[in-house]
Amino acid sequence: MPPDVPDPVVTMTGFARALRANGVAADATRLATALEALRHVDPLDAGQVYWAGRVTLCAEPDDLPRYDAVFDAWFRGRQPEPPDRRPVQPPGQVVQLRPVSSAGTGRPTSAMEQELRTAASDTEVLRHRDVTELSQADRDEINALIALLTPRVAMRSTRRRRPGGREWIDVSRTVRAMLRDGGEPATLARLRRRVKARRLVLLIDVSGSMSPYADVLLRFAHAAVRVAPRTTEAFTVSTRLTRVTRQLRLRDPQEALAAAGNAIPDWSGGTRLGEGLQAFLDIWGRRGTARQAVVVIASDGWERGDAAQLGEQMARLARLAHRVIWVNPHRGKDGFAPVTVGMSAALPYLDELLAGHTLDALHTLADVIAHA
Amino acid sequence: MQSNEFADPAAVSDALDAAGYLPDTGLATAAFLAMRMHRPLFLEGDPGVGKTALGQALATVTRATLVRLQCYEGIDASQALYDWDFPRQILHLRAASENDDRTALEASLYDRRFLIARPILQAVEQSPSVLLIDEIDRADDEFEAFLLEVLADNAVTIPELGTITAATPPVVVITSNRTREVHDALKRRCLYHWVPHPDFVREVAIVRRRVPLAAAELVQDVAAAVARLRDANLLKPPGIAETIDWTQALHVLGATRLDPATAEATLGAALKYREDLVRVQRDLASLLGG
Repeated sequence: MPPDVPDPVVTMTGFARALRANGVAADATRLATALEALRHVDPLDAGQVYWAGRVTLCAEPDDLPRYDAVFDAWFRGRQPEPPDRRPVQPPGQVVQLRPVSSAGTGRPTSAMEQELRTAASDTEVLRHRDVTELSQADRDEINALIALLTPRVAMRSTRRRRPGGREWIDVSRTVRAMLRDGGEPATLARLRRRVKARRLVLLIDVSGSMSPYADVLLRFAHAAVRVAPRTTEAFTVSTRLTRVTRQLRLRDPQEALAAAGNAIPDWSGGTRLGEGLQAFLDIWGRRGTARQAVVVIASDGWERGDAAQLGEQMARLARLAHRVIWVNPHRGKDGFAPVTVGMSAALPYLDELLAGHTLDALHTLADVIAHA
Repeated sequence: MQSNEFADPAAVSDALDAAGYLPDTGLATAAFLAMRMHRPLFLEGDPGVGKTALGQALATVTRATLVRLQCYEGIDASQALYDWDFPRQILHLRAASENDDRTALEASLYDRRFLIARPILQAVEQSPSVLLIDEIDRADDEFEAFLLEVLADNAVTIPELGTITAATPPVVVITSNRTREVHDALKRRCLYHWVPHPDFVREVAIVRRRVPLAAAELVQDVAAAVARLRDANLLKPPGIAETIDWTQALHVLGATRLDPATAEATLGAALKYREDLVRVQRDLASLLGG
């Protein structure tokens, strides 16, 4: 090996660390596989090294752009630390339940977004929302309270069977018993249908106008993912769709929310719910994530995009999902009418329209989800 | 040909090419590494990009038997791994006379000849073989646990018989349409590859390979139209499988170019949703690049 080529183990370990720092699932097992793969390809051929690393260190399509960026920085740019392409949000922004009166989100916003935020203005919200109170209370207690919510979905029956009941004869167990007893017909073993938790999908609007509530709703999503990690999916929508399920699986709420905050590139951006919903249905929903699922959309319906598109996508969603629940933080206010463009476009396709601005409202939401 | 005879990814690429499957560099490298390292290849991608076809092509180039396991909700070990032939076991027991040695009789009840090999056991017993586990996301997650042993050790353990290990490890190809997330324990044992839509030149080459008698201009027209359809924000953008079907349909009708009349008559080969059909039929001229 030429002298200017460094030890591949050192190089790849550093590369895997950089990938992990960027959210790619490059754990120790995958690193070992990658090193094994490198022995089979030409280590001086950048293309082969790229592919050997990509097939061994990545685990899902979301990893691929991150892998490309880190690979470029690590092998082509030769920088000691890969630059993060996204501006990382300060963790506090997501972790803390900010007082509503602190309007600043630490990020410059356009005039339009500013206008939207004013619509959900401080005084208006304060009357109806206990989140200000919560943020002044002990943080541990807040965590405990929201973590106590168990937004678990009702069961559905599956095609899989399990012993018991009286629906079908379990041939395998019956015959085994017969063979044990010398061929004498024994009692018939039976099977019944197995039930399983319905999938829960949460789509949370994290645009500017929703930012006072986004923390609480993400905490709710974290509680839901923690209760049923295999059957819950969480996404955020603002100007684009981001899947945050993996980040929210972290046990500790602070860490989970900080990780989710880092993953969301469009925190407090504009609202393009129609586009976000279409992206969700195209990439996830139609293939199965939304099928027979309980889908919760948390948004105030301040749609900046095409409301007709939102209506169209809501119709698609309603055809796929078991129940569609819309959480509008303004729902709890006096004189609320679902008149925002997005809200009125979506209204015909909803099974439930709920508030979500207080802990109490979140309790109600958990209850509705449980009986959906 | 033994699978480990391929010297480099280019050799795999050439062999697949000769078998009628045109892979890009990434897929060829992934397939090469899968065969070299005896690791399952986990393929994800949009429907109709050739994930299943790769399994078939790999079986051809390694001259192995293709064993296909189509997953579905509720599939379990007795449908995927093995099952006991209960009627024959009972007949065997009935046929035995009273004075037979009881221990020997019991042992003979769980003999290999009463075992029905389902796809995974078939793949382990027949070597060389290519095991294609298709659409694993359709099976429920309990099912993934059944696969772990065969993926890690190329073996199937039957409590009454012992462990059956493959003489030559089967080449395993797992496909998923991502309707749900497959457990990391399974993915970690695999090489992961995302299969993208082919670019225009590759798509033309693939279609000409699959529909050799179609006119060259027709193939170019269809590939260009499909590329436009993929950008048209449809519910189900056509995959390479639809491009092939559509070209085939047009060729059967005797078309040598794609014109509005024939396109409208055959659009159903490319588009599978009524909403998409309506949207595209409204604007056929721009689809045809007019």
